[in-house]
Amino acid sequence: MTMAEPVGGRFGEFGGRFVPETLVPACEELEAAFRSAWADESFRGELNQLLGDYAGRPSPLTECHRLSEELGLRLLLKREDLNHTGSHKINNVLGQALLAVRMGKTRLVAETGAGQHGVATATAAALLGLECVVYMGEVDMERQALNVFRMQLLGAEVRSALSGSRTLKDAINEAMRDWVATVESSHYCLGSVMGPHPYPWMVRELHRVIGDEAREQCRELMGRDPDVVTACVGGGSNAIGIFSGFVDGDAALVGVEPAGGAAIGRGVPGVVHGSKSFLMQDEHGQVLEAESISAGLDYPGIGPEHSHLAAIGRARYETVTDDEVVAAFELLSRTEGIIPALEPAHALAWVSRARQELAGQSVLLNLSGRGDKDVDQMMGRLVDDGSSSGDDGQSE
Amino acid sequence: MSAEPGPLEAALRGRRSQGGKALVPYLTGGLGDWQAGLAAAADAGADAIEVGIPFSDPVMDGPVIQQANDRALAGGITPLAVLDALGRLDIGVPLAVMTYYNIAFRFGLERFASVLAEQGVAAAILPDLPLEEAGPWTDAADAAGVETVLLAAPTASDERLGRICARTRGFVYGVGLLGVTGERDELASSAVVMAGRLKQVTDVPVLVGVGVGTPEQAQEVCRVGDGAVVGSAVVRRMLGDGGPAAVGDLVGKFRRALD
Repeated sequence: MTMAEPVGGRFGEFGGRFVPETLVPACEELEAAFRSAWADESFRGELNQLLGDYAGRPSPLTECHRLSEELGLRLLLKREDLNHTGSHKINNVLGQALLAVRMGKTRLVAETGAGQHGVATATAAALLGLECVVYMGEVDMERQALNVFRMQLLGAEVRSALSGSRTLKDAINEAMRDWVATVESSHYCLGSVMGPHPYPWMVRELHRVIGDEAREQCRELMGRDPDVVTACVGGGSNAIGIFSGFVDGDAALVGVEPAGGAAIGRGVPGVVHGSKSFLMQDEHGQVLEAESISAGLDYPGIGPEHSHLAAIGRARYETVTDDEVVAAFELLSRTEGIIPALEPAHALAWVSRARQELAGQSVLLNLSGRGDKDVDQMMGRLVDDGSSSGDDGQSE
Repeated sequence: MSAEPGPLEAALRGRRSQGGKALVPYLTGGLGDWQAGLAAAADAGADAIEVGIPFSDPVMDGPVIQQANDRALAGGITPLAVLDALGRLDIGVPLAVMTYYNIAFRFGLERFASVLAEQGVAAAILPDLPLEEAGPWTDAADAAGVETVLLAAPTASDERLGRICARTRGFVYGVGLLGVTGERDELASSAVVMAGRLKQVTDVPVLVGVGVGTPEQAQEVCRVGDGAVVGSAVVRRMLGDGGPAAVGDLVGKFRRALD
């Protein structure tokens, strides 16, 4: 099986556990706790119950009839946007929060970019009665003010990361610094398939439900796997989740990165935030600041398993520009009545651009989040400067 | 135990065998007149000096050293520029560079180790490279004759502390508290405990840093340990108006407190 447990914490040459010595025992404890919980039917049962009764799983598979016709392919959306809290992030967070309780931790620390993971973590903390502190880059707090207030409503404390680029990578630095100081009482609820072992493995397992459901749903609908499975990639958790259902089949796997945060597209191997992976960095090893329209994908690195999938040729990674993303955001809204988050709009932007290559194929796209959080930002961009593409029916 | 201790370990053992306590200040490379700061620290009685090579994402560092990193990077400092300058420096005490693993990894581990050796740098400290991941680097460092100082934290079991002490060279860097670098009002009780636990498992010099910011705190931790590492308190002088002269004053105060 391609996506097995990483050997020695590594996916091929990527991964590992590059953390301050203080955190090594905590990572070891977490690894042991997750392995035992994941093999424990009562833990799995408790998680599955929450995923169903609380998060609303299984998420539906939606066939896009109008947009499929327009693009000349068969487009299927895995509707993670319909989960409680509005994105796939809840899958991971419910699992980690239950695990934190099982380990006797009373406090969750998290980082967030767009705010989706922060909102999900604050939600799980409220549900399970845990204290919650979320670090968010100062720049992102401005871009995603609504999510900041959401987290506060849920009882979390939101702390701004003021160093460096003041975006997701800096929020991760701050969360790790917090964890170094509070490791005895706190669990670091990391939001993507990155960081030190066991996180990339654990977070993948917690999102595997996306791919498992989607595979069954595709087989029910079409009698087979789709030709192409695609998802946006920042750290890469929603992509790993859906890829995990198809990696052992024949479907092409395509991750889509923002042009301004393309770890695989523009990076070389490096080590930051606990693991070795592709990383945007300068010739001296200084990590570069990612910059894109979407706070959730503004990350210069990528989860180590994606680097491995790219290295062995099982998945490929494409990049799209902000303008292409905005066009895709409008396109899905107008043709299907679904306002996507800017993050999965990256994947749709690639599908739209590659429509000729994809002609006649079935394409499963992980719609990882809904666009409510982005409406304000898009209003600023599309209404104030009058640049709405408006006539996106041009392809007829 | 390796056969011959390197220059850093020899210096620290020498201080200990004379009944003294070792003082190792930290300065950020590329920050202001940092080379004058190093010279001032050496003149004021440092046994060895740690020199930070700035990194964009210093997760083990608190606000003062973060700011020093940011400022030095904004000034255009590069790893090679720091190392070149160290090679030209002659201040009479062993030097250890402290940086994050990606700097060495990007440089190329063998090349980084050999450049350190060529520039007369005795040792390297990589705070995000724990024992289990250290092999490729320590192979390269050993081959080049560079001492690798490992950190030991309060969260480790005694068994783990033993393995860390067996692999460290130069000294073992006891992390004084649960947290990142930075000054604290009081010395954490964990600092003295850390020193005591390390002294029980090793003969390698035991220095404690992180949260050791005043001469009194250094004195306290040195009742048990063999010495202290002082970072943020020194760097704060370099960030402020005091500069190298203030660094010399501060290091002198630590020296007198420990003698």
